[in-house]
Amino acid sequence: MNATTVLKSVKKVTVPEICTPRKKPVVTLKEHIVEIISDSGEGAQRCGQSLGSIAAKMGNGIWTVEIIPAEIRPPARSVAGASGNRIRIGAGYITNGGDETDLVIAFNEQVLLGRVRDRELKPGCIILLESMWRANSDPKISAAYEETYDKLVAAGYKVREVPMEVECLKVVKDARRGKNMFVLGMLCSIYSLELDLGREQIALTFAKKDKSIVDINVKLLDAGFQWAETNLDFKFRIPGTRSTVPQIVVNGNTALALGVLASGMEICSMYPITPATSASHYLSEVFEKVGGLVHQAEDEIAACAFAIGASYAGKCAVTITSGPGYSLKQEGLGLAVMAEIPLVVVNVQRGGPSTGQPTKAEQGDLFAAMFGSHGDAPKVVMAASTIEDCFYSIITARKIAETFNMVVVVLTDAGLATSQQPFPRPQFSESWLAPPIDQSPIPAGAKAYDWNKTTGLARRFVPGQANGMHTVTGLAHDRQSHVAYDPDINEEGLRARSLKLAALQKTLKAPPVFGKDSGDLLIIGWGSTKGAIEETVETLNAEGLKVSSMHLRFLQPLPPGIKDAMGRFKQVMTIESNWSDNPQDEIIDENNRRYSALAMLLRARYLVDVDCWTEVRGQPIKPGTMCRVIREKLQPVKIKAAKS
Amino acid sequence: MNTATECLLRMVEEHHELEDYQSGVPRWCTGCGDNAILTAVQKLCRDENLRPEKTVFVSGIGCSSRFPHYMRTYGFHGIHGRALPIAEGVKMARPDLHVFVNTGDGDCCSIGAAHWIHAVRYNMNLTMLLHDNQIYGLTKMQASPTSPLGTKSNTTPRGSYLNALNPLTVTLGVENVSFVAQVVDWIPEVLYQVVKAAYHHKGLSFIRIIQRCPEWLPTMHEPWLHDPSRILMLHHEQGLQLSAGLAKTYPNQLAHDPLNIHRAREIASGTDPIPVGILYNNPEVPCYEETRHAGSLRTNDYVKAGLNAELDKFTVWPQVVTRPGA
Repeated sequence: MNATTVLKSVKKVTVPEICTPRKKPVVTLKEHIVEIISDSGEGAQRCGQSLGSIAAKMGNGIWTVEIIPAEIRPPARSVAGASGNRIRIGAGYITNGGDETDLVIAFNEQVLLGRVRDRELKPGCIILLESMWRANSDPKISAAYEETYDKLVAAGYKVREVPMEVECLKVVKDARRGKNMFVLGMLCSIYSLELDLGREQIALTFAKKDKSIVDINVKLLDAGFQWAETNLDFKFRIPGTRSTVPQIVVNGNTALALGVLASGMEICSMYPITPATSASHYLSEVFEKVGGLVHQAEDEIAACAFAIGASYAGKCAVTITSGPGYSLKQEGLGLAVMAEIPLVVVNVQRGGPSTGQPTKAEQGDLFAAMFGSHGDAPKVVMAASTIEDCFYSIITARKIAETFNMVVVVLTDAGLATSQQPFPRPQFSESWLAPPIDQSPIPAGAKAYDWNKTTGLARRFVPGQANGMHTVTGLAHDRQSHVAYDPDINEEGLRARSLKLAALQKTLKAPPVFGKDSGDLLIIGWGSTKGAIEETVETLNAEGLKVSSMHLRFLQPLPPGIKDAMGRFKQVMTIESNWSDNPQDEIIDENNRRYSALAMLLRARYLVDVDCWTEVRGQPIKPGTMCRVIREKLQPVKIKAAKS
Repeated sequence: MNTATECLLRMVEEHHELEDYQSGVPRWCTGCGDNAILTAVQKLCRDENLRPEKTVFVSGIGCSSRFPHYMRTYGFHGIHGRALPIAEGVKMARPDLHVFVNTGDGDCCSIGAAHWIHAVRYNMNLTMLLHDNQIYGLTKMQASPTSPLGTKSNTTPRGSYLNALNPLTVTLGVENVSFVAQVVDWIPEVLYQVVKAAYHHKGLSFIRIIQRCPEWLPTMHEPWLHDPSRILMLHHEQGLQLSAGLAKTYPNQLAHDPLNIHRAREIASGTDPIPVGILYNNPEVPCYEETRHAGSLRTNDYVKAGLNAELDKFTVWPQVVTRPGA
């Protein structure tokens, strides 16, 4: 049964007279942040994703973030076990997850406590709480519920108890499966979303399931909608504007897998690692349909070596990993650099070092990406800054890799990987794809590494090309790929491989300044922080602060124009999600302060006193936090005075 | 531009001599077993008339891994232990290429052991030559996993502590194994025959070549060299054929059906006499690249259609699916 037939069979619900909703004022909002949290396995994630899709169809800007517990099955009702989704719904385009949550629906009070502890909820926010625990036969549970409820109310949260279980049992036998659709119905009512879109979403979600499953979920949706209409005394509306161009909604990992498809690459080799793996999951599902394949190698090293082998043989390949896996690939990457084999490597960064925080976001691998291999191993390093960028970065990376015969590292992070955002549907272009493998004969006497004196570039000979026979090697080699320990030859090779980065740099454009072209402070960022930084700049500009920002897509080589831009501002600071020492700490001073990665890079390259502010809490940095930090930096006296 | 007929004629006429596969002067020690392997392989390339541009030798690091440099074909001298995954990538991308792997006992059985096990599982159509001299040569004499117990080396000056790893039993113990043979570098006739059988086998053909290292273990194989009865010649109509000369020189012979894996494992466990010949050869084991449909046809339109079908799934506005009642 496909989605269309399912949809046709869905009956429109006529609202019975007894349920006629009472009149309540509809408050129009610019944006709201909603959270749905449950124990894992109760479907809060699906509910959140569905809400995001419905809101996107209404024309709202959205940004959804998965809330994932570290364990697969954390104990039920545990503080650290919250699983769900957080959706920022806006009237306009939304570029990041925003600040604290405005409204939360919780399936139990314990998971809620975890969110309070993490300071994720806005003071006084609305909490819709499953009330069944109050009457639980286990006195410990009912007592825990009552205690938490009372505390939340005392803390000023607007807590509304919702008899989800009771209401769902009127429709289904097992309320644990299906409560999420009841909640989706409630949310459709609360945010004045079209209920039909909700029904359609259910039909899509369960397209592969039996029709009876679809029907029962639609009933639950309707029940939730009616309950909220009748029992809640508030209702919101976030006006949306439907885009004139087609939009797609995907998370960063899906976008990157789609990018692999669109880039014309045919082979992805990988080894399972969080949070990169979901990209390979999706790719495994779809790649073969277009003649590609995902190879799950025996380890990260083999995944890298396999990709290098495929690329060497003429089909530029990609290997997708996260921090620890990236470390393991380093020797292989050095080989690809030395042998000048094109290769795309994606590092979906997570918290480090070591196993660190596998499910959390961080930007800690910039230096590993740039300088990881031993010796001088110049690689191109790019960072995707939006979900849309995850798609296009892969296409660009493949092209650069094959044009310059270089390793191109694309950095994303757990934040981008699991967040969803609508963006214009990509319009396929043949220019994205790789050309067929060159099998034309090589002119007699041509050399395998005939490095151009100016650019370091050389035509690569691919197996199958007559007269091109040579042995590539990770050893220092001359233009004919002969192993050579001659000092001049060694330096010639190092020079050529390094020049390629400069040659690429000459083709890059200066990154634009967001906001005014000059002022008091220039914020420089890279990767997933773009949306939050730019929102911060807008907020602070509205307050009269002279702040602008610049976001870097290329980290190695750095594009032109950065120094000029920095020179037009009184101060420069990076905002990054990696560790930097706090100058306020007792023993930290200018002689030992460790700066964040990009700040260190900019200081070294441009000899400019670049400051940094970083946060490593495993979550994307909130624009509200950035605003506070910048206000303090620019108006320290004023803020102090206001405090006292 | 050549016409199709001209191309065909060219292929028929194309003929290669030994020199067409030779490149440079090998920098191996005099008496090194690698020289014998190189000769056998070059002879194979000539006899099979392999097109040099369609042939790739992939190696890791070590004395044996210099091999590709001495072949006038395409070559990939990789990094320590990783020859197999590189070769697998080459084969997956280009099933049209003849891919050989040269690896040593340190490269394969120590640093690259994980890849070895899994290469047997993948069973890709590769010819794998394990140059086993039972010592680390390039790094100047350290014990390797295949060094016999008590081997004195720079890291085991009072003799090595562990029993030698047996590459044959390990390989024969892995699911999907399809071809296992053992030869010694000092019987060139058998070496050539086995390399040839390995080349013709479809799947991963694993040949362990016991070779002499005149530099670090100059006398290790002397007892076997001087006593031909300490070689156990395996022969079978589906395996190694013994010439009159071989049959006369090596009296210790055993008829062994290479399809019998239990017997193969038994024979593999014996180290003295050294079993020589084809222990196992099963042409029916599926090759990973075929299971994965490597090299299937792919056009730009195909990619475009596939991508658009995926994008349809994620398109929220305007909706691709017809709305009810719409």
